Parts: sequence; C-alpha cells; structure tokens
Amino acid sequence: MDTILEVKNLKKYFDTPGGKLHAVDDVSFTIERGKTLGVVGESGCGKSTMGRVIVHLLEATDGKIFFEGNDITRVNSAELKKLRNDMQMIFQDPYSSLDPRMTVRDLIGEPLKTHKIFKNKEDYEKRVSELMETVGLAERVGLQYPHELDGGRRQRIGIARALALEPKVIVCDEPVSALDVSIQAQILNLLMDLQDNQGLTYIFVTHDLSVVKHISDDILVMYLGQMVEKCPSKELFENNKHPYTKALLSAIPIPAVDVERKHEILKGEISSPINPKPGCRFAPRCPYATEKCHSQSPELREIKPGHFVACHMVTE
Amino acid sequence: MAENILEIKDLTIHYVVEKETVEAVNHVNLTLAKGETLGLVGETGAGKTTLAKGVMGIIPNPPGKIRGGEILFEGEDLLKKDKKAMQKIRGEKISMIFQDPMTALNPVMTVGDQIAEVLRLHQHVSAKEAGQKAKELLEMVGIPGQRASEYPHQFSGGMKQRVVIAIALACRPELLIADEPTTALDVTIQMQVLDLMNNLKKQLGTSMILITHDFGVVAEMCEKVAIMYAGEVVEYGTARDIFNHGCHPYTRGLFESLPSLNEDQPRLKPIVGLMPDPTKLPVGCSFAPRCPFCTDACLEKKCETTNLTETHQVKCDYAVRTFNGEV
Repeated sequence: MDTILEVKNLKKYFDTPGGKLHAVDDVSFTIERGKTLGVVGESGCGKSTMGRVIVHLLEATDGKIFFEGNDITRVNSAELKKLRNDMQMIFQDPYSSLDPRMTVRDLIGEPLKTHKIFKNKEDYEKRVSELMETVGLAERVGLQYPHELDGGRRQRIGIARALALEPKVIVCDEPVSALDVSIQAQILNLLMDLQDNQGLTYIFVTHDLSVVKHISDDILVMYLGQMVEKCPSKELFENNKHPYTKALLSAIPIPAVDVERKHEILKGEISSPINPKPGCRFAPRCPYATEKCHSQSPELREIKPGHFVACHMVTE
Repeated sequence: MAENILEIKDLTIHYVVEKETVEAVNHVNLTLAKGETLGLVGETGAGKTTLAKGVMGIIPNPPGKIRGGEILFEGEDLLKKDKKAMQKIRGEKISMIFQDPMTALNPVMTVGDQIAEVLRLHQHVSAKEAGQKAKELLEMVGIPGQRASEYPHQFSGGMKQRVVIAIALACRPELLIADEPTTALDVTIQMQVLDLMNNLKKQLGTSMILITHDFGVVAEMCEKVAIMYAGEVVEYGTARDIFNHGCHPYTRGLFESLPSLNEDQPRLKPIVGLMPDPTKLPVGCSFAPRCPFCTDACLEKKCETTNLTETHQVKCDYAVRTFNGEV
C-alpha cells in the first residue's frame, strides 16, 4: 500500500451574510499512488470546493491534508510553489480557463516559465512540443489562439498545462462536462493513457455517473458537503448502501429501449448549506428517514473493508 | 396511421455572415404525429436549435435566411404566415422551453406575472383571472401557488425550469418544443422534470419535439428519434429502430462513444476527428471525413435517404447494406 494523499476531517466554511456556509464538512479519505478517486454529487455538494482545497487554491478551514506523508495543510508561498510541481488541476470550462490573448505554445509553456524550469530557450521549446505531442495537439496549432480551436482541443491545452511540471497528482474538475460525447470519449481515453504511462494519480470530480464509473477505482459520493458513501467503483454500482447513492443511481436515464424503468423520484431539493441543522443532511429528502436521522448526524462507518457509509439505517 | 401535427419538408436554413454562409439546416424532412414525442439528437452545431427556431418562426433575419422548404403545422405552411399570424400561433399553439432556465426568465418580474403575461396576451383574460390561473399552473408543475409573487432568483434551477414549463404550457399548446430542457439540471432534479413532462403530456395530449444530446433522456421520453449531423437528418425512426437497429455510422459512433454503466470497457471508442466547419461543408457526405467505412463515392456525392422499413430511414448506402445483412 502506497498512500500518496490522505485527507483527514477536511472542512471548508465560507462566511456569507446569512451565516457560515458549510461547503465541505468533515471529509476523510486516502488515495493510493496511480489510482483514480471519483468524486460525485449534485451541484452545490462541495465536490469542486474540495478539489480546490486539496490543490491549495482555497485554504482549508480545519482538518489535515497529507501528501506523501507530509502535512501540507498550511504552507508558505515557497512551499506552495514547490507543491505545485506535485499537484496540478484541470479545469471544467475550456472556454474560460485559458487566456484568450495567449497562443497555444505560450499557454502550455507558462507553467515552465513561472517555475523557471529551463535555462535555455531550445530546451523550453522542445519540452513544449513534447507536451503538445503527448496530448495529441498538432504542431501547426501552436501559434493559434484558443478562440480558433474547438472545445476538445482547448481541453487538451488545459491537460498539457497541468502536465507541464510532471505532477504526481492531478485534480480534474469536471474536465469533460462541457464537451460533446464523441469528443468526451477522446479526452477520457487520453487521460487514462496518461495515467498508464506516467503513473498519475487522479481526483476526478464529476456529476456524470457513467463517466465516473468508467475512469475511477474508488468513488466518493458527497451530499451537501458531507461524504455519504465511499467504496470501490464496482461495489458502488453493485452493492451500494446509502439511500442517497441509491436515488442518485436510479435517477440516471437509461439509454436503451425495452428495459424496465424503475426510477425512484426524490422529493424536494437540496436544502441550504448555510448553518445546516444537526442531523443527517439528506434526511428531509430521504424516504427511510426516522426521528433519529433528523436529530443526530450519522458517523462514517466502515461496514466492510474499503466500504464506508454514513447512515443510521444501514446496519451491516 | 395517426394524424400528423407537423411536417417539415426539405427545410433549409442558412446564416449569411459577411462573405460566409453557415449552412445550419440542410434539406431536412421530418414528420411528427399527434401526441407523439420526437427526440432530436446531435452534437453541438448539428443544427438542432436552428431547426426548432425555424418552426417557432424566430430565426433572426439577418443573418438567418430560410432558403426553402415548408413547415406544415396542422396542414398550414408556417413559412407563408405573416408576422401577426405567427405571433398568435407562438405561445398559443406552439411553444418552446429554452435550454437555460436561468436566462429564460425575466429577473425583474415575479414568476406569477410572467405566467400571467402569456394568458393575457393570448386569451385576453382579466389581470385577476390571469393571476389566479398562473397560480393553478404553478401548482400543476409542483410549486406552491403562493410563491407566484416571488422573483426568479428566489427559486432553484429545477424550480425555475418548472416555471418555464408552466409558461410554455399556459395556453395548452398543441406542440411543445423543448430545447435541452434538463441539460442544466442535476440528475435527481432532471428525473423530477422529465417525470413532470411525461405526466403533463399524458394529461394534455401535447405533441413534443425534445432536443437533447443525451440518449438516456431520449429513451425515457421519445417514441420517434431523429439523428442530426451537420444540419442533416442522417437517420430517423422509432426509438426501437434507432436503439436496437441504428445503422448509420454516426449513430453507431455516438452509441459506442458513451461510457456504459452496465459493462466494463477498458477503452472508449470515440469518433475520430471533428464536425466539419458549417461554412465549408464537404461536397459529399458530411460525415465521410470521420467515417470508418468511407469510400471514394462518399466523398463525391451525398447518399439519398432510403426507407429501410415503414418507420426507419437512413441517409447512407453503407448503412442500408449493413441493415440488409449484405456487409
């Protein structure tokens, strides 16, 4: 077992005029080197915030983050710069995450310049070309600007930027959500090839369950800032326990005819994450909720090796 | 056979921008029977939304130009109607649900007033009566009537989309065009909205065109499916035809590039390449440059639409041969 990243009781609260917004509330997990952890949940569940806290785009309110055994929760700017060599991020929207006034080569080379990786220009240019080849961008697009390219190619630029410093962990925040299915498949294949070749570890944040199943080794399900279930990918789809996980899976429209459709339609919508009441946050929508669920927060328990659930009603 | 509520014949819509012409919709033929739902599937830029706007008569001109064809709604050609007549039809007989509920609503008008507006325009009812009916419509889509006096920002995304649905259904239209109605919503909310639309369709007998890129949504909702690529309908049939016997290389490519929830695939099979630039469409088949079965003939000339069965049409000779088991 080679744990690359460990997150312990991570919390991120935001101050809002209405009170404390609990974006991430007490999330703990570990990831093995070279594996992919999928993080799923609906909009507003804190999955993107968690990714951003891990790569230090936001500072954690409480809890600990360990990278290769070292506590990296609080770092100064020099340590942070060093950390960026190890951890990078791919952003959701390839239309707004790239500077429109930089060429493709400049965009990909920017991290190399910031970190002063190369002393001479020749090595720098060589590395940029190498990165373009790795992500499947033709040399001829090097001097073009992002607006001249389609979404798939732009996302390849985002990936090349993330790879430039040879990181060990990449947080992918909905990297294929803005793309069409035929292009989405190209990018997913690319990400999986890169993982095989370079031994990358991914935290893959998405709301698309079929994508997360395809790419992940483990899956973490979040609801209103809390983790409700975490287990190996296969287990989640075959032997899920939490009522929210069940509802989420049953809400996926099935792309086939002549199949039995039994969708469990959840009542209500996600409640406010500002000053949440004690008790299970899913209880107001949960068909199995009891009095205990409304008054007492369920603890995260390991019901069998590798399978964690936070629910009063799950017994085994 | 059921009566057709909508027949689109040889419709071509172009956008003329300076010296370039964007060929958005090219010679499209479609029919929709009364009470049925047609799924219009394709990727970004396939011309789905332009086609829908064409039916609604809201193609901006300039730059949009309808180059030819007919849109027969209940037997009358909508393209021959003047502005005034279209205004009467729009909202009353045909209405549309737009993709993004966040931008489709007026932020400085209460949702009740926005629903009442449609009723006052088309049914000339009093303000009081319209307000009362607006509340009933809100209840119908599952929002408490007393929230009619609230503004859009006080609603969540799923509820805003319900308000948009309530507006679209206010006059009980014969035909509802829904442009990606659930794309901006989470899966559990999406299921609520789809369920609502299905129930309303059953109650009111509305015919529907559902634009989407999600085959899951199509399978849940539609009787008929049309696959669009670069402004053309490349395959058309019942949901069963398309899901079980879909044979156009593009249709098959779309299905193969979807990650599956049921089986393990080590690698996905994407469609290589990109959609052609709509200002420079190839002379031959638009899909030919990306097609694994492309021949020289495909590059020179487009295939004609062939009827495979009574309900199933495809625009590809190779697909016809595979369907007949010749390949």
